[in-house]
Amino acid sequence: MTDIEDAGRQLAEAIKGYSADYIEARLEQSQRSYITYRGKELESVGQATAVGGNVRALVRGGWGFVSFNSLSDLPRRIELAVKQATLVGKEESKLAPVEPVVDTVATEKDSPLTIPLAEKKQLLDEYNDIIWRTPKLQTSVIAYADSHKKTIFLSSLGSSIQQQRSDISLRLSAVAAEDGDVQQVGLSLGSRGDFSAIQGLHQPVEEMAKHAIALLSAPQVRGGEYTVVLDPVLAGVFVHEAFGHLSESDFVYENDRLREIMVLGRKFGSPELNIVDTAAMPGLRGSYKYDDEGVPATKTYLIREGELVGRLHSRETAAKMNEAPTGNARAISYLFPPIVRMTNTYIEPSKTSFDEIIADIKEGVYAKNWFGGTTSMEMFTFSAGEAYMIRNGKVAEALRPVMLTGNVFTTLNNIDAIGNDLDMNQGGGCGKAGQMPLPVSNGSPHIRIRKCLVGGK
Amino acid sequence: MENVLAQAKKVAEEAEVFMVSSEETPVQFEANRLKHIQSKQSTSMALRIIKQGRIGYATTTEVGDVQNLVNNAVETAQFGMRAKFELPSPTTYPQIDIFDPAVESTPVEKMVELGAELIAIVTGHTPDILCEAMVSKDTISLRILNSRGGQASYKKSIFSLGIMGSLIRDTDMLFVGESQSSCHPLTHPREVTEVVLQQLELAKNQASVLTRELPVILTPRGVASALIPSLMMAFNGKTVLEGASPIGGKLGKQVFDPKLWLWDDPTIAYRPHSRPCDDEGIPSQRTSLIEQGVVASFLYDLQTAALAKTRSTGNSGRGGGLPTPSPSAFTIAPGQTPFDEMVSDIKEGLVIEQLMGAEQGNILGGDFSGNVLLGYKVESGKIVGRVKDTMVSGNVYQVLKEVTAIGSEAEWVGGFLQTPPIYCPRLSVASKGLR
Repeated sequence: MTDIEDAGRQLAEAIKGYSADYIEARLEQSQRSYITYRGKELESVGQATAVGGNVRALVRGGWGFVSFNSLSDLPRRIELAVKQATLVGKEESKLAPVEPVVDTVATEKDSPLTIPLAEKKQLLDEYNDIIWRTPKLQTSVIAYADSHKKTIFLSSLGSSIQQQRSDISLRLSAVAAEDGDVQQVGLSLGSRGDFSAIQGLHQPVEEMAKHAIALLSAPQVRGGEYTVVLDPVLAGVFVHEAFGHLSESDFVYENDRLREIMVLGRKFGSPELNIVDTAAMPGLRGSYKYDDEGVPATKTYLIREGELVGRLHSRETAAKMNEAPTGNARAISYLFPPIVRMTNTYIEPSKTSFDEIIADIKEGVYAKNWFGGTTSMEMFTFSAGEAYMIRNGKVAEALRPVMLTGNVFTTLNNIDAIGNDLDMNQGGGCGKAGQMPLPVSNGSPHIRIRKCLVGGK
Repeated sequence: MENVLAQAKKVAEEAEVFMVSSEETPVQFEANRLKHIQSKQSTSMALRIIKQGRIGYATTTEVGDVQNLVNNAVETAQFGMRAKFELPSPTTYPQIDIFDPAVESTPVEKMVELGAELIAIVTGHTPDILCEAMVSKDTISLRILNSRGGQASYKKSIFSLGIMGSLIRDTDMLFVGESQSSCHPLTHPREVTEVVLQQLELAKNQASVLTRELPVILTPRGVASALIPSLMMAFNGKTVLEGASPIGGKLGKQVFDPKLWLWDDPTIAYRPHSRPCDDEGIPSQRTSLIEQGVVASFLYDLQTAALAKTRSTGNSGRGGGLPTPSPSAFTIAPGQTPFDEMVSDIKEGLVIEQLMGAEQGNILGGDFSGNVLLGYKVESGKIVGRVKDTMVSGNVYQVLKEVTAIGSEAEWVGGFLQTPPIYCPRLSVASKGLR
C-alpha cells in the first residue's frame, strides 16, 4: 500500500506556491473488512483498501474542491481547486481564526484489522447459532464491519496533523414470519476499534430473536397522541434528530429567518433540560482530537436549563455568525468536503428514576431501541425497535414497533421528566448531504414526553 | 486488469475483475448564491475469485497494487460462501444508448448559468424563499473481465439538475424541491421548477385533519417515499430465497389490484439507471414483476439465481461489496384516471408528496408510517392547503390490494422510478388533536 506521508510532504510544499485566501489538503489511507450473514450461512466476506485525497481552496468566499485517488500530479489538483474557487468567489472570505497545529495522534487501540478473520467469524457464528436456536425464526442478518484510517491534514496556515482512527460496527437482526406477516427486531453496536465491545452479547442476541417471534402475535398501537417514555437508546436518537441537526450552523448561518428563530436565549424546554455535543470525550465513536479543518474538539452546550446557548460550527459558519469555532467540521472520507456535523450528543441526566417516570401514566407507550430517524429541521420522525403499552404505571403488553413524530418547537417543551440513568449508544451512523454513515454516538437517560404523536392503525 | 486476472488465475479456479472509474463535476448553490464547484475523480477495482469452491472478494483504489488485492481475496476465500454459479462466457449485449459526449463537454460556466436560472425562477415566484441548487455532470466507465473469457464494458454520461427551497415563516417551515437527471445535458430549468412552483402554490394555505381513516392520493414522489422501499425489498430474489418476502410464495398469484403493472427496466435509452449489462456482465433485460396484479417474477443475480434454481435476470449490483440482486429502475404502468379527476372524486382526504421516515419502519413486512413532510388536504374535490404535524400509516400489501385508481400521467422520480399517482381508498391518518 502506498504511504501517504511522502505525498503529504510534497503537498505541504506545493500549497505554498499557490495564492488563495485559504487552501487545505487531506490525504487518507484506509483498510476495511466486513463479514455478513444472511440466514444460517455466511453470505459475504471481503476486504478493501483505499488511498485518496482532496484539495479545498477558498477565494473571495467561493469554494473549489477536488478529490482524487491517484496521488500523481498533486500540483495540478491544487491549481484546479483554486481555479474553481476563483470562478465562484465574488464576496469576502470569512473563516474564524485558529492557531496552526502540528501534531500526530495515534489510535487508542490496535487496528481491528489485526484480529484474524477466523476469530471474528467465530464470534459471529456463536451469535448466529443463538439466533437460529429460536423456533419459528424465518431468517436473520448479521453485518459486521471494521476499519482503520490514517489521515494527514495540511493547510496554508501551516497546520500539519496526522490522525488515526479505528471503528467497529455490528448490526444484527432477526426476522420472524407467519402467514405472510413479517416482523423484525434489530440490535446495533459499535466501538472505537475495541473488539471486546461486541463480545459477550449472547443474552441480548437471544432476547432479540425471541422478541421477533413475540411480535407476530403483538397488536399494533392505535395512531394518535400519547404520553411516551423513551429508553436511553431511543432518547439518544430523539435528541440527535429533534434538536442536534437544527443546531448545525450550516443550516442557519446564511438564513436570516432561521437565525431569528434560533436566537441564543430562546426557550426550548424545561429548566431540567441540558443538551451537549462533544468530540472531546475520549473513546466514543464520535470522538476526535481535531476536526477535518484542523480545529481542536470542544464540549458545546446546545441547551442549558432549557435555553438555547450554543451551536455547532465550522470555521466559516463561526466567522459568519461571530461565534467561536467548535471543531465540528467533519468529512466522511476524502471524497467529500467537511461540513458541520454532530459528534457525541446527549441529554444530561437528572434525578428521576425509571419507576417514578412511569408511575403516574394511566395509558402510554414505552418505546425502546432504535430503528431509524430523520428530520426536516422543524418536524422529525424516529422509529422504535421495540414498544410496549404502559398501563396504570406499569409496563404492559408488547406492541409492534412504533414510529413517533414531533415538532421541535413543541416536543422538547413537552419533556416533563428526565431520568438519572444516562447511557451512550455507539450503534448509530448519521447521514447528511450524501455523507453517510458517519460514526457518531447519542445518549440520554430515560425521558418522558407528553402528547407525542404516534403512527398506527 | 488483464494482469490482475492473470495473477488471480494462478491461485484460484475462477476469477473476475471489475473496474469502475468516474469523473464528476457538481456545481452547488446555497442560500440562493453560487457556493461550491467540485471535481471528483475516482477509480476502484474489485476482484472476485472462486478458490476451492468458495468465493473470495477484495477491492482497492490502488489499481497498481495487484499482489495485495489478490492476497486479500485469497484470504477471504477461506471463509467465503460456496459458489453455485458460473461466470458468463463471451456473449452479445443489447445496444443501449447511455452516453452523450455533450455532457462531458458542457462548460462549468454553462452549469453555473443553469443553476442561477433555477434559482431566479423560484425566487421570482416566491421572493423570500432560500434555495439550494445543484447542477452536476458525471462520466462513468465500467469494465468487467472474467476467467471464462467473458468481457463487457460501457461508458455512461449523467447530467442532473436539482433545486430545494425552504420557506420559513415564524416557526413554520415549508420545504419544496425537485430534481431531474438524464444521459443528455438538461438545458430546460423550467421543467424542474414547474414542479416546485406548483408545490408552492398548493402549500400557500394551511389546513388540518383529525385522526381517522381517509382516502389518499400518493403523487409520484409520494409513491416513491411510501411504497417503493418495501416493493424493492419484496421483489429482491435474495429476500424471496430466505422466505422473508411476503410475496415470495405467491408467484403467479393475484396479490395486487388488477390495475397494477410493475416492471424493472434497465434498457430505456438515455436514462441514468440504464446499462447494457449488469455488474456481473449479464445482458440487461426488462423484467416483468407485476402483471394485472399477479406476481410475475423476482430479481436475481448469478449466485442467488443458482441457489433459487432459476436464472439471473441481469440485476446484479455492487454497493462496494459483493454483487447482490438490485433493481435498476422500476416502472409502474400508467392507468386511466387524470390526477385532477382523482382529486375531484374526494370529499375529504389527502394528497401526499413526501412522507418522511416511511422507510424506517418494518419495510420487510410492508408497513410504512411517516410524517407528512409535504402534503395537502382535499375538501369537496379541491386541494385547500397544506397539512403538517400529521402521520400517515399503512401496509403496502393491504394498500395495493385494492386501489381506487391509477393515474394517467407517469413521471420519473429520482432516476430510479417512473410512476403515475396512485389513489388509495383509505389510509390511517394520525394528527394532533382528537383520537
